[in-house]
Amino acid sequence: MSTAARPGPGSRQEARTAWLLLAPALTAITVFFAVPVAGGLALSFTDFDLYAVADPRNARFVGTANYTDLTRDPLFWRALRNTLLVVLVGGPLTIALALGGALLVSAPLTRLRGLWRTLFFAPVVTTLVAVAVVWRYLYHPRFGLFNQALALVGLPPIDWLGDPRFAMLAIVLLAAWRSFGYGLVILVAGLQAIPATLYEAAALDGASAWQQFRRITLPMLRPPLLFVAIITTVGYFQVFAEPYVMTRGGPANATLTIALLMYQQGFRWWNMGRASAVAFVLFGLILAVSALQTWIERRRAA
Amino acid sequence: MRAQRLRIVLLHAALGAAAVATIAPLLWMVSASFMPAGEASQFPPRLLPSRPTLHHYAALFERLHLGRAFGNSLLLSSAITLISILCNSMAGYAFAKLRFSGRDRLFALLLVTLLVPAQVGVLPLYLELRAMGLVNSYLGVIVAGIATVFGIFLVRQFALAIPDELLDAARVDGASEWRIYWTIVLPLLRPILVTLGVFTFLAAWNDFMWPLIVLTDESKHTLPVALANLAGEHVQDSELMMAGAVVTVLPVLVLFLAVQRQYLEGLLMGSVKE
Repeated sequence: MSTAARPGPGSRQEARTAWLLLAPALTAITVFFAVPVAGGLALSFTDFDLYAVADPRNARFVGTANYTDLTRDPLFWRALRNTLLVVLVGGPLTIALALGGALLVSAPLTRLRGLWRTLFFAPVVTTLVAVAVVWRYLYHPRFGLFNQALALVGLPPIDWLGDPRFAMLAIVLLAAWRSFGYGLVILVAGLQAIPATLYEAAALDGASAWQQFRRITLPMLRPPLLFVAIITTVGYFQVFAEPYVMTRGGPANATLTIALLMYQQGFRWWNMGRASAVAFVLFGLILAVSALQTWIERRRAA
Repeated sequence: MRAQRLRIVLLHAALGAAAVATIAPLLWMVSASFMPAGEASQFPPRLLPSRPTLHHYAALFERLHLGRAFGNSLLLSSAITLISILCNSMAGYAFAKLRFSGRDRLFALLLVTLLVPAQVGVLPLYLELRAMGLVNSYLGVIVAGIATVFGIFLVRQFALAIPDELLDAARVDGASEWRIYWTIVLPLLRPILVTLGVFTFLAAWNDFMWPLIVLTDESKHTLPVALANLAGEHVQDSELMMAGAVVTVLPVLVLFLAVQRQYLEGLLMGSVKE
C-alpha cells in the first residue's frame, strides 16, 4: 500500500473542497477534544470545586498546589500502587497469554486457524460492564466457579473480591481475560509474516525448535510485540469500569485505580481542579512509560 | 508419522482447552440466565439449568425497564456510527487525495493526539457541555463520538489506493468536487466504512464512563449504565443479572461474528503500519 498522499500543489478549488470536507471532523475534534484537554490542564492549576461548578468565578488560580497536595495524599499513592500492579502484573500476563495463544494458533500443524482466532478474540468485543457482572459471580466465595475449581484440587476457598490481598489480582485476571485476544490477533498476523524459508534454512542447519523460537521468531516479532506491549500498558493505566462495577474501589481501597480516583474526585466530590491534576499525572505516566518502552526497544535493536 | 499425528492431537487438545477456558464465562452466563432463581448459587454447582426458564428476561423487560435502556443504546450507538462515518470519511478522503497547504503537518498533529487518553478531557468536556445545556441529553453523548482520529486515519490509509486518474477524469468531465466525493469516492470506500462502522458501533455500545457521566436521568441510561445500577441493587439475584449481561453482550457478539473478517482486517490495518 502506498503511504504517501498525493503530492504537489492542487487547484484553489481543490483546497477549498478539502477544507469544507475537513470542517465537520476538525470542528468536532477541536471543540470536544482539544479544547477540553487544554481546559483540563488549566483546571488542574485552580481550586475549581462545587462552588465553581455553580459559578465559575468562584475558581481561583492555585499554582501547582493540586499536584503537591497529591504527593501528600495517601489515597493517591494507594491508587498509583494499585494501577502499577495492574500494569506490571496484568501487562506481562496478558502479553504472555497473547503470545502463547498466537504460537498455538499459527503453528504449522494447526487446522481451522480462523476458528481459534475468533474464539480467543470474542472476549475483546464483549461489554466490559456485563462481563464484570458475570465475573463477580465467578468470584463468589461460596458458589463461584473459581473456588469450586480450587476445592477440586483441595485448596481452601479465597474471598476474591472481599480480601484486600486478592481483590486487585481478581480484577487483573478479568482484564487479562478480556484483552489478550487483541494482542493475539496482532501477533498471529506478525507470525504469519515471517518467511517460512527462514525456518526451513534453520532446520537444515539442525536448529532445535527452541533455538528457532529464540533466533528467528522473537527477533522477527519485535515490532508487533512492542505495539501490543504499548497498547496493553496504555489500556491498563486507564482501568476504570472493572473496579467500578465489581468493587467500587474496595475493600479498603485495595482496588482504587487512578482513573477511578479521578472519577470520584471529579464527579462525586466535584473537586474538578484536583481531579484534573490526577488526570494529567495519569497522562504523564502513560507518555513516560510508552516513551521508555520505545527507547528500550530501539536500544536493543541497535 | 505417528509422532507427527501425536503432535497434531496434542496441539489441538491444548487449543481446545484454552478456547474452552476462554469461552467458559460466556457460556456459563448464558446457561445461568435460563436457570430458575437460586439455582446458580447451589452446591455442587450446576452447569445447565434443571428447567430452562425465560422468567428473568421477562422480569428485565417488564419490571425493570431494560427495554428502554436497550433502545437508548441502540439509538445512541447508531447515531454515533452514522455521523462518525460521514465525518471521518470526508476528512480521511481529503487528507489522502486532495492537495492543500499544511495538509501533512495537520495530519501529523492529529496523529499526536492519539497519545492523549480520553480521561484527560472528560472533566472540562462535562463543564463545557453543561454550559451548552447538553448534559443529560442524548446529544451530549453523541457529540463526543462524532469524529475520531483513528477513524480518519483508517479511511485515509484506505483512500490512498484510489487512483488519481479516476478523480482527474471526473474533474475533466466537469463533475463538482462534492459530486466526486459522493458518487465516486464514497462507493469505493465502502469496505473500510463497513469496518469503521462496526468498530464505532461496538465502541459506542460498550462505552461506560462517558454515558455514566453525561446521562443523569434513569430513563436515558444506556444498557451498560443500567446494568451497572441493577448489579448494585440486585446483588443476590445472580440469574437475573446473568440475563441482563446476556442482553447487553449478545448484540455486539452477534455483530462481531457476522462481520469478523472485516473487523479483524480493519484492526490489523489500524495497528501494523510499518
